[in-house]
Amino acid sequence: MNKKWLIHLVLIIGAVIMVTPFLWMVLTSLKSFGEAMQVPITIFPEEWLVENYLDVFASIDMMRYYFNTLMVTLGRTLGQLILCSLAAFAFARMDFPGKNVIFIVVLSVLMVPMQIILIPNYGILTSLGWIDTFYALIVPGMFSAFGVFLLRQFFLGIPKELDEAATIDGCSFFGIYWRIILPNATPGLIALGIFTVLASWNDFLWPLVMTNSEETRMLSVGIAAFQGQYSTDYPLLMASAVLSTIPMLIMFVLLQKHLVSGIALQGVRR
Amino acid sequence: MSDSNVLMKPKRSRRKRKEAMWAYLFIAPVVIGLFLFYLMPALASFGLSFTSWNGINPPEFIGLDNLIRLVQTDSFIRSMVNTLVFTLVSVPLAVMLATGIAILLNQKIKGMIVYRTLYFLPVVTMPVAVGMVWKWLYNTDYGLLNYILGLLHLPQPAWLFNPNIALISVIVVYVWMTVGNNIILILAGLQGISETYYEAAEMDGASKLKQLFTITIPLLTPTLFFVFITGIISSLQVFDLIFIMIGDSHVLLEPLRTLVYGVYESGFEYSQMGYASAQAFLLFLMILLITIFQFAFQKKWVHYDG
Repeated sequence: MNKKWLIHLVLIIGAVIMVTPFLWMVLTSLKSFGEAMQVPITIFPEEWLVENYLDVFASIDMMRYYFNTLMVTLGRTLGQLILCSLAAFAFARMDFPGKNVIFIVVLSVLMVPMQIILIPNYGILTSLGWIDTFYALIVPGMFSAFGVFLLRQFFLGIPKELDEAATIDGCSFFGIYWRIILPNATPGLIALGIFTVLASWNDFLWPLVMTNSEETRMLSVGIAAFQGQYSTDYPLLMASAVLSTIPMLIMFVLLQKHLVSGIALQGVRR
Repeated sequence: MSDSNVLMKPKRSRRKRKEAMWAYLFIAPVVIGLFLFYLMPALASFGLSFTSWNGINPPEFIGLDNLIRLVQTDSFIRSMVNTLVFTLVSVPLAVMLATGIAILLNQKIKGMIVYRTLYFLPVVTMPVAVGMVWKWLYNTDYGLLNYILGLLHLPQPAWLFNPNIALISVIVVYVWMTVGNNIILILAGLQGISETYYEAAEMDGASKLKQLFTITIPLLTPTLFFVFITGIISSLQVFDLIFIMIGDSHVLLEPLRTLVYGVYESGFEYSQMGYASAQAFLLFLMILLITIFQFAFQKKWVHYDG
């Protein structure tokens, strides 16, 4: 087919539009303040100022933001993987009174938008004394109705003969969960894990509202505040944007296959 | 399991009790957590909508006052209109573009993975960072976009600071940011369409274009339905991008304010938590109504028999 070149042409134009903002972010981050504010603008930096990145670390406590964001991301992700998989196992494989009703209640959480729980949660976290602590950032994010639903779908796909054989061998419920179900559901766990990592790392509204000190600040809030202070110093702002997005971009490129299948899996939410 | 063996019964029921006990133990953390941080707050939010809570003093019941005040407030009406325009323009645009690109990517062309990676990059990028970068691209005097337009001798508008086009400018960013997500979903949908349909059409001598409209698009409608439902729900809740774009600019506040921005502003800048809850609740109602409408309307265009 000689129409192939036309397809490539369209796709390349699209790809250029997708990539240009990233290139511009990196190129600007390496320019001097004066050069960024120059007419006509330059495409490549006259002098590649890698120091801009050091300036970001000197201007804001970037290391702390990295550490905080990493802690929150790890806490929420591990929490969801453990707690959601335990519940999903019970819903997929065990029998207990009220199972269907409880499951429907769990699913109803899927319909609750984040903004509607924000204000009452501010009250709840205040009364727990959790405002401006890591508890506020991590604990509510450890529970996910979507996670339970997604993993339950995965667990239902694992042949039941496997755990029946294990039961006959005298395996406990926890043993079946740990030794049969979890090892056979790694794609589902990875998909949920990547989603949670991404959502936690990029989260903004929740940390913006629930924290206010430097000690608990996450990257997203940190660079937004940075923009408030240095609203025109675009090279430094772009450097901070590069620094805060790079970990997720690397993760995406490395784990692309899993991420893509994970996204496609969202279909089960229907 | 059969219950023919009556003698086994006491033993089995003991096992059943044990099973139930373990099951409750397994679901307890999630169920308690979801109740405490999601369900209870959702219900509380409804209650708080009828109070004048300021976040400190105990909530005081004021009936429908918040609602009455909202419908009389220009900035609320504005946020409602902005949110609807934002959603009704950005989602169809993103879905149409994504469908086109996904169909092209599905043509077994070389470099599919590279294209897919590039289109998907914005999806994993922090929305706060996306907002910062685009604010810079849109800069009237020093932005790349106006520089390119200048080279082409085209007009160089003030993308963000012209109140008439500010919302459209942000919509463009949102489409750029979400199109990759839609591409992945639609691509998965396309790959689920069986080859046999195309083979049969090929034998009937149907052109590629005819196949597109008689096979691909109809069989893709369940996927598109899903993409619309989830896309609309998340675009109605847009906040990060809007927050960064507005920054501390008073010029941009009204042209760009959305419902969630209003919730944030009332609740956490002015400490009017009751008033903010009323807005959050109206947003929830709006999401619910639009979703119900979509489900009711789906019979008109979604084919499930494929």
